[in-house]
Order: sequence, then structure tokens, then C-alpha cells
Amino acid sequence: MTSLALREHEAAATAVAAVAVESAAVAAEPGPRDISVRRLAKNFGERRILDRIGFDVLRGQAVALIGANGAGKSTLLRCCLRLIEPDEGSITLLGEKAETLNRRALRRLRARVGFVFQRHNLVPRLSALTNVVHGAQARASGPAYWFHSVAPRRVREEALHCLAQVGLADFAAQRVDTLSGGQSQRVAIARALMQRPALVLADEPVASLDPSAGEEVMQLFVDLLKREKLTFLYTSHNLRHATHYADRVLGLREGRLVIDAPAAQADSVALRAIYDR
Amino acid sequence: MTLQAVAPKGLPRRFEPPGVLAFLLYVAALAVLVAAIDSVEASLDGFIRGLPGIANMLAQMFPPDLSRLPQILRALIETFAMALVGTALGLILSLPLAILATRRFSPHPLVYHASRALIAFFRTVPDLIWALFFVIAVGLGPFAGTLALAIDTIGFCGRFFAEAMEEADHGPQEALTALGASRLGVVFSAVVPACVPSFINTALFTLEKTTRASVVLGLVGAGGIGIELKVAMDLFNYDQAATIIVCIFLLVVAVERLSSLLRQQVIAGG
Repeated sequence: MTSLALREHEAAATAVAAVAVESAAVAAEPGPRDISVRRLAKNFGERRILDRIGFDVLRGQAVALIGANGAGKSTLLRCCLRLIEPDEGSITLLGEKAETLNRRALRRLRARVGFVFQRHNLVPRLSALTNVVHGAQARASGPAYWFHSVAPRRVREEALHCLAQVGLADFAAQRVDTLSGGQSQRVAIARALMQRPALVLADEPVASLDPSAGEEVMQLFVDLLKREKLTFLYTSHNLRHATHYADRVLGLREGRLVIDAPAAQADSVALRAIYDR
Repeated sequence: MTLQAVAPKGLPRRFEPPGVLAFLLYVAALAVLVAAIDSVEASLDGFIRGLPGIANMLAQMFPPDLSRLPQILRALIETFAMALVGTALGLILSLPLAILATRRFSPHPLVYHASRALIAFFRTVPDLIWALFFVIAVGLGPFAGTLALAIDTIGFCGRFFAEAMEEADHGPQEALTALGASRLGVVFSAVVPACVPSFINTALFTLEKTTRASVVLGLVGAGGIGIELKVAMDLFNYDQAATIIVCIFLLVVAVERLSSLLRQQVIAGG
């Protein structure tokens, strides 16, 4: 490493530390918490993916989680809903301790949490409307919620309303494998809205889109969530998205939380330093 | 830059010589094949001596006798009906059994293993044996054959449906699990729609297979055109047998063509 690079690296490390110190004040903010994570750890074999992570997300807050590939962001989000079982620690979501819940109670908790994936994860052969109707399975089960053609009228209307909110009402009958990446991701957002969630998690929701579509979808997503005053935790590699759309930024590095700072005060050098190899 | 400059120093051998164990296994496999040929009493001499008999039979087959064509066509329709109903019944029963035989969706490992074992059992016992069993259980006639074909279909489709469901994209399944959908909701909302093309392909292949199988089941009294063929052959009415064989050929080809057309439609439809 050259001396200049070394100096830049040291400066960045100092910035990371400074921001991490600030995070104490954020964590101490009063108000109800929709997410509380304490000493969360997860190993895959010998490899430590999450190393005693702890943070809170206040109700109504938008929080961005950044980190290099393999830092543990997706694992952390999946652990929150126990799509991946954590090894240690506790997660309290919407007032419920996720790790203590049985299968039925866990399903009830998941129903209150919208999850938008990097790859939209829609069922490709089905229409946009049917994919959104699937969101109603958060509240009710049975064949009536498997396909829009057999769903009750009120459910179909609500699904169409959700599609209209993301600007895709005209595409309701279209198969999702004929939609563009941006349109598909908007259908996935509509499906999450159909759940009537109290909290939304999103795993790099626009990473698979081109910059223009990504910007458009991110703006729409955040606007909808702010309008509904929903709590929002999302991962991103886009530092502008992290600081522009979030109230707070969390930074993961090698499974450890090294940044927890208000987005407005987050130091761009410190944020970039998190990607240093 | 010349070719020699960039070429690797030594090309690898086209074929690696087998190890001692592999060589011994090849020799053992060859010995088994030779022993099997010996046990079936295969002889070129016997085949050549049989050729005049085959030629004589073929000569007697022409021209085919069409005098019993109406009865033969009725038996042919019955044969296809057995294949169609047997396949439909088998398909309906295969789906739930296949779900139970899918590791991700089976409610318990014991249920998973029991379902897999049942499907394997249905598949490994030949349809002719099932037909014999059902002839004793429900009597002579097409119903016994239909049940035999249904069981055979469960054995075939149960396995392929389960494998298609195991291989289905996990993304939509994870999304539905994440929103709190039930296990059945995930299966019917995400897995089954994704597997529809594969299911239809398997179902069409099964219909072709059961159509061919339904011809033979008549030999044990399980309905269909097989019994007509057996009687014609036993009475040396080779010209009538020729008519029956041509009818069977036309039925099987028609089903295969129709199935192929439908399959192309499914593939084109994604």
C-alpha cells in the first residue's frame, strides 16, 4: 500500500469510528421500536457471517443497511424473519420475540412484515394480479387466494388498488414473465403492500435494475412507505440511496456492525471505507 | 505470434488408461453380459431357422381380414378409454402423493420416505402384474385394466412430479413463506404453477405409455383389444391379427402425434 493510500485508509477508519460513536445517541432515542436486534450471530460452517450484531429501528424510521458482498446483509434480513435460523442472540419484531415463536405464531408475525427481494421472486407464469393476490395469504389461507380468478371480489379490488399504487393497474392481466425488471419489482412491492404490513424489509430492492429504473422504483417505494408511515429496513450498495432515502445508515463489515449513524450526518468517506478490501 | 509459441507443451492423452479396479470392473461387466447371453439361449442359428416361419406368418397376414372390423374398432375404443381414464385417475392421485414425496413440503421425514417408497413400489411392479391383481379383485374386464393403468401412472407421474417440484425455483417459494403463507399455499401458489409445463409433458408421455400398455393388458383378461389379438393369434387367424395390429399401430401413432402437438403448444406457451 502506498503512503497516500495508507493515509486515506487511516482517515476512513477514523471516520468509521467517529460515526460509530455518534450511533450511541441514535440508539438512545426515545420511542417505540419495531426492530430490536441483540447479539445476533450466525455461522455457516466454520465461517462467521454475523458477529453479535445489535441495533434498534424506531417505528416509522427508514434505515439503510450497507456493506460489501458477503458482509452479512441478506443473512441479517433473513434472520429477522427466521427464513434463516440465527445461531445466537435475540430479535424482537413488532413487539414479538421472533426466536420464541412456534410455526403458527411465526407465520402470523411474517404476515405483518413485507419483504421485497433483490430478484422480485414473483411466480413467472401467473398474472400480475394473481401475484399481488398472493399477498392476501398473509391474512387468510385457502384456494381462494391462490389465483385471482377464484379470489373474492374485495380481494381482487384491493389487489388492483395495490397495482394502481405502483402504476401498473393496466398490466393486471399480464403474465409477469412478460414485464420488464422495473415493472416486476413494482409488482413485488404491490404484493408487499397487499399484506397491509406494519414493517417492510427489502434486500437490495433495485440492485437488479438499470440506474434509471432503479431510481424510479426506489423513489416510488420510499414514497409509498412514507405515506403509510411504515418502518423500513433495506440493504443497498448504492450509497446515494442509503443516505438520500434513509433516516439512518447501518454499516456491516465482515459480519460486524461498524456504522450506525443518522443518514444526514453520515460521512461519505466512512461509508465508502466499508467497501475497502 | 506463432502457433508454437502459444501451444501448450504437452497435449493431454485422448483417453486415460483405466486403473486396476476399473479394469477388473469392465471385465466383470463383460462376463455378466456373456453369461446373460448364454442363459437366454440366444443363437443365430435358431434365428435363421425361424425366418421361414416368420415369412410364412407374414404371408398369411395379407390381405388383412376386415370382416370383424366393427368389433375390433369397439375394442380399440375401449382400449383408448382405459388408457384415458387410467391416466386421468392416476394423475389426480399422483399430485398429492408427489407433494408428500417432496422433501421441502412433506409434513414429516417419515411421510416423505413412506411416500417415496410407495411410489417406487407402484413403479417397479409391472402393469401386467397389477392387471392380474385387479382381475382377481374386481373381475375380468376393462375396469381391472383401468385400475392397473392408474397405479402404473401413479408410480411414473408421482416420481416425475415430485422431482419437478424439488427443482422448481425457490425464489417465489421463499417470497410466499416470508409473507406468512401456509405450506399448502406455497405449493399451490408458487410450486404447482411453475411446474405446469413439466406436469403436462409428463402427463402426455404417460398417456402415450398407457395407450401402449392398455393393448397388452387384454392378454390377462383386463379388457381392451389385447384379448382380440390373442384369440386371433391362438386360432391362427393371422389376417385378422394383421387388421388388429394395424388398428393398434394407428391408435398409438395418433395418440403420439396429438401428444406431440400439445407438447409443442405447452413449450411455445412457456
